[in-house]
This record gives sequence, C-alpha cells and structure tokens, in this order.
Amino acid sequence: MTILRHEIRQGRIPLMIWTAAIAFLLGTCVLIYPEMAKQMGELSQAFGNMGGFSAAFGMDRINFGEFTGFFGVECGNILGLGGAFFAALLGISALSKEEKEHTAEFLLTHPVSRRRVLTQKLIAVLVQITVLNGAAVAVTALTALFVGESPDRKLLGLMFLAYFIMQIETAAVCFGISAFLGSGGPGLGLGLAAVFYFLNIVANLTEKAGFLKYITPFGYTDGADITANGRIEPEYLGVGLAVTFVGIAAGFWKYGKKDLT
Amino acid sequence: MVAGRYAIEAKGLTKIYGRARGITDVDLAVPEGDFLGFIGPNGAGKSTTIRILLGLIAPTGGTAKIFGEDIRGKRTELLARIGYMPSEANFYRGMKAGEVLEYSAGLRKRDCREEASRLCRRLELDVNKRVDQLSLGNRKKVSIVCALQHAPDLCILDEPTSGLDPLIQREFYRILEERNRAGTTIFLSSHVLSEIQKYCKHAAVIKEGRILACDSIEALGHTNAKEVTLTGIAAPPVLEGMRNIRAEGNTVRFLYSGDLRKLMSALARLPVEDVNITEPDLEEIFMHYYKEEANDNIKA
Repeated sequence: MTILRHEIRQGRIPLMIWTAAIAFLLGTCVLIYPEMAKQMGELSQAFGNMGGFSAAFGMDRINFGEFTGFFGVECGNILGLGGAFFAALLGISALSKEEKEHTAEFLLTHPVSRRRVLTQKLIAVLVQITVLNGAAVAVTALTALFVGESPDRKLLGLMFLAYFIMQIETAAVCFGISAFLGSGGPGLGLGLAAVFYFLNIVANLTEKAGFLKYITPFGYTDGADITANGRIEPEYLGVGLAVTFVGIAAGFWKYGKKDLT
Repeated sequence: MVAGRYAIEAKGLTKIYGRARGITDVDLAVPEGDFLGFIGPNGAGKSTTIRILLGLIAPTGGTAKIFGEDIRGKRTELLARIGYMPSEANFYRGMKAGEVLEYSAGLRKRDCREEASRLCRRLELDVNKRVDQLSLGNRKKVSIVCALQHAPDLCILDEPTSGLDPLIQREFYRILEERNRAGTTIFLSSHVLSEIQKYCKHAAVIKEGRILACDSIEALGHTNAKEVTLTGIAAPPVLEGMRNIRAEGNTVRFLYSGDLRKLMSALARLPVEDVNITEPDLEEIFMHYYKEEANDNIKA
C-alpha cells in the first residue's frame, strides 16, 4: 500500500480544493432552494417551456418545485461537471505525470511490478473520487436538514450513485489514455470530460441524437430520467460499465509493456 | 556469492528506436564482485543498455541476465537486489529528501533508516530540505542514498558524479570501494575517464551503440599503441600508425601503433632533445579506440 499512500498524499491538496469548491457550491445551491421554491409556481412552468434549452437540461421532464427536481438539474450540474473534471484530471495524470516529471524511472527501478503500480494508482483514484462524493453527500444532507427539506432518499441516492459511477467511468477512460501518453494530458482529460457533458446536452435536444447517451457517461446521470423512472437507465449504465472495464484494461495492457525512457 | 557467476550478462543486446539507433549486438559479462566502468560519450548507448538491464525498456533482440536470471522474467525479484542511480535525479515535487528516502525504502519493504542515516552523514545531506529546492549535487546525493541504503548486491550507477563537488565525489567513491570489497558488484557508466582508471577493475568502451572493447584496466592499457612524447621539434615525423597527434610549442605528442624500429630510425634523423614512450592512460586509449573505429569506417 506504499504507492497508494504516496498517491493520496501527493493528491491531497488538489483533492481538498476540488472537494471544498464542489461542496461549497452544492451547499449554497441547497441553501437557496427554499427561496427558489417560493417562486417556483411561475418559474417551474417557465423553465419547462423554454423549448430546446429546457430539453437540453431535462427541465421539461421534472418538477422544479420539488427538491429532487431542483437538485437533479442545478446541483447535478455542479457535482456532475465538477466531479467529471476532477475525475478526468485524476485519471489522465495517474500514469503520464510520472513520465512528465521523470519520476517513472525512480518508481519502476524499485522492486514493484507494473501491475502493482497500476493497481495502487487506480485505487488511489477511486479513493479520491469516493472522498469527493462522500463530502458532496454529507454537505447535501446537512444543508437539506438545515433548510428543513426531507427529500426522497432513494431518488437522491440514485442520483449520487449515478454521478459517482460516471466519475469512475470518466477516470477509467482517462486512465487508459494516460498509459498511451508520453507526458502531460490534463488538457486532454478536461476536454474529454467537457465533450462527454455536451454530448448529453445534444442527446437531450433531439431524439435523433439519442444514441449519444450510449457514448457519454452523462447519459445515465440525467436527473430527469432518474426522477421520472426511479432508476438509473440500465442500458446506458451497462455500456458505461463496459467502457470503464475497457479503459482500465487498456491502461494495464499498454503500461505493462511500455518502454519507459 | 558464487564464484564464477555473472552479475550482468548481456548477449547480442539490440535496441532499435524506429529509425534511430539504440544499441547493436551488445555483449557484456560482469562477474559478481567486479567494479566495471562503462565508458562512452553522450548518445553512445550507455543509458539504453542500462535501461534494458533494469527492465525499463524491452530489447529488440538479445538477452539481458542479472545474477543468471532474465530481467524480463524476474524483474521484481532482481530489482530487489539492485541499487540504481539514474543520470538525472528527479523526484516528486513537494517531498522532503528524507521522505523520498523513506518512500524508496517502503517500496522495497525494508527498514533502511540506520544505513540511510549513515550515508546521509557521510555525504553531508540535509534530509529536511524539499527535493525541489535542492541543488543538482544535493539531489544526486539523495539518489546515491536511494541506490545504496538497502545494501544491494549490484549497483548500477549512470553518470553518478556529475554535479557533485570533489570532496563528496571522493567520499562517494570511498563508499563504493567499501561496498565492492564487501562483495557488491559495481557497474558505473561515466565519461570521466580518470575516475574509471582510478577506481574500476574493468572497463567496457561503447560507441555508437556497439561495444568496442571490454577488458581489465591493465589489459586495456597494454594496447599496441604507445604514447610518444618528443621534445625539441615542432612537427612530428610522418609514419604509418600515428594517431591523435598534438603539437604544443616544441613538444609533440601522439599515439603510435606502428613498427617501433621505423619510429626509432625516424627519430634518429630529427633534432629531438628528449623522447618519452609510455603506456597510454585511459583517456588516450579511449581516443585510440575512437579514432581507430573512425578510421576503419573511413576505410570501409
């Protein structure tokens, strides 16, 4: 577990910053909900009638006046996009940063197998994503309690679970890409996360682009779908889990035989 | 240690990087307990050879064995017996020198605190400073302690002394000599020939990815070439077998591998005041091998 401890130690400051930023925004969002809810009578209808814009964010299918509906759109975007960016950065830099900073030579001339290095780095990524999401759940629960809301726990739990899995998928794809990179890659990771996010918006705009939900992990995090169906869409989730597996397997396959110069 | 075994054994080791040359048919045999200098200019293939020996890169052809085992098959077990010091000392930003040493020991699942502390004292390394704030010389010291703190059976050191001040260089070689006397095999790449000549038992010369010579320092010195110094003349005689000719004032120096009788009769006809014919030092031998190779290439 030496590498795991080292990775978490190395990543603790970015983790604290990202967690604090996302938790602060989430908490703020929940705290302003009661004020928003008072005006929701007219607003909910207005939000639902903005045509393509409403569809893009799923606002035409959920009740903005309910906490879960509000959370699925407003808070979902914060945790979804912010978490995806964080996960992408973790995944893309997991392996390539060792080459960029010329520390791969130090690490891999110790008696550690590449498989062990990869496994512990991957666990470190998962731990950091779990900490961020754990903090998000805790802050949401505390602030909801503070404003006197008692949301549907199952729906909220499903949303958090979907964001968590989406972040793992994003990290896994970037982890796989990281093994192929000689150095760097944060821009690529952030870009990929942004593309995933916007693909889901496009998929919501028109049924013709619905197939994009199979490509982007945001496809199964859609708050509107989860609220309406009371579940994470299994066909999108299944593809997402398969992509996660492929990303990790590609990382192991490539890094296991890569020349480190 | 088992007598007669090799710590390093490379046969036909070849690495091709796309169109670029890496190394070609490198054969090396370093017996256990040896202190071998691996000599070559920048880009000769020293680091490529070392990276293959450590399993960082896969050879295009040939085999690399450490203590009789193929490095690709038993990499982890073999690395536990190796201490490696890279030519560039790069560590994780934000870590203190002491934390790097602890991390290195942790990766080896060893408690090396006692030996690390002894080495740090001898090398005058402050373990409380952050590695990104250390000078090159001090980062090199961290690298040395990482390579030696677990008392490895084989030390592979790539350009270890660049950046170290002369006093620390001397202490570093003292440590290596002590380790070597205790049975550790030392494989040291360098282009500082005086170091190789002073401390190593054997040397291998590599150029453009090929081993030109590999022998004991004494045997390498007993080459056919002699270093000739003539005083009293400004220009040397013209003879076959002369290389590396240098003239300074009324002194002429050159390496001579031709017929000595022809040299003597040529000198008899010149107003030479003094003649000195000696075995060349390693630097001269190095130049000899390099010039010889270049001439062979021209002839070919």
